[in-house]
Amino acid sequence: MAGLASPLRVCRGILKELRAMQGPSYKRSLAYSYVMDQFRKNKVTGERYCRAQQEALHASHTYLCLLTSTRNHQALHNLYHAKGECSTEEAAGLVGLRLPTQPGGKGWEK
Amino acid sequence: MFRRVFQFRNSFGNVISVCKSCPSHQYSKCLSKYSTASTERKRFYQDVSISQGDDGLYEINLDRRKLKTPGGKLFTVPNEALAIAVATEWDAQRGTLKFYTMHLTTLCNTALDNPTQRNKEQMINSALKFLETDTICYRVEDPPGLVDLQKNEWDPVLHWIENRYNVTIGSSSSILGPDIPQATKETFRQHLNSYSLWSLTGLEFVISQLKSILLSLGMVDRYLTVEQAVLLSRLEEEYQISHWGNVEWAHDYDVCELRARTAAGALFIQLSSENLTVKHKIMQD
Repeated sequence: MAGLASPLRVCRGILKELRAMQGPSYKRSLAYSYVMDQFRKNKVTGERYCRAQQEALHASHTYLCLLTSTRNHQALHNLYHAKGECSTEEAAGLVGLRLPTQPGGKGWEK
Repeated sequence: MFRRVFQFRNSFGNVISVCKSCPSHQYSKCLSKYSTASTERKRFYQDVSISQGDDGLYEINLDRRKLKTPGGKLFTVPNEALAIAVATEWDAQRGTLKFYTMHLTTLCNTALDNPTQRNKEQMINSALKFLETDTICYRVEDPPGLVDLQKNEWDPVLHWIENRYNVTIGSSSSILGPDIPQATKETFRQHLNSYSLWSLTGLEFVISQLKSILLSLGMVDRYLTVEQAVLLSRLEEEYQISHWGNVEWAHDYDVCELRARTAAGALFIQLSSENLTVKHKIMQD
């Protein structure tokens, strides 16, 4: 299967997600320090194919996927599925119609 | 005065949890965090932090209070990485608490409470039953575009699994599915027996999302990434989308949800079954 993205891209992606989640103070969060720590620890290795390094890269890739997809899922949910019932005017407006107006008021209205 | 609230949470099969809500401030530590279907809980805490207990297990603190599972137990995780990930999930909530986005928390709750009283034996049996109707073993006979796509995408994974576990699993286009020999099942059973209860909880979750035990194993063994596994699981849908077009509010929504859940499950399994050792070698100049 295709190789994983480089560690730099994954690290940057995770930091972007953390910043989107927590605002400008993301550098003080637990996740930030843990992620940076892990990336630094696994940067240099003596082996040519270091299994721990590959495992850590896969785990970081998985975490990036988790953060990105939860954010996108929530955005799509808010966009399409969050509003609930719309009023009659809005429902008519969805297909480009307007509700009819009756100047004297409808029969049952006071 | 106690008030018992029974609530059903549909996130993992049928999870029934009992939640006591105590207005008396003597019992200020236990509070109903998991709302009923009608009410929504607002974010009631400022900071989320983790702490390590005496037994080496990590706990989550919301402000000054310790997080508890829906079953009332103290929420503990065996390693720091999982604790930090769960804390990040809770910290990411804005306004109201949206439990359907907190997948890792849900998985930990299920593993800790075990509400349906599953043991390892039952979990392994149900996972092996999936093998007979595994997605990547079921092939269609037409349209030819889909047949080729299935052959090109699913066959490599099948061969990789067969080589790695030294088993034979065929693929078949009949309605009964492939004939899995008993030796294959025994090999998988032995392999799954080496997983802990927590890892098996995560694995069951991933299998139920991807509808395939072989794709789940391929992902857990780090042969596939989450995005690849989700794509392979939805191969026929992707083929139809390429033919008929994409509907954002259904297809993209499903893809994101599936990716989020699968990624959470995969991370949960990997973090529950790891043992970290870092060997520092001294640099020689």
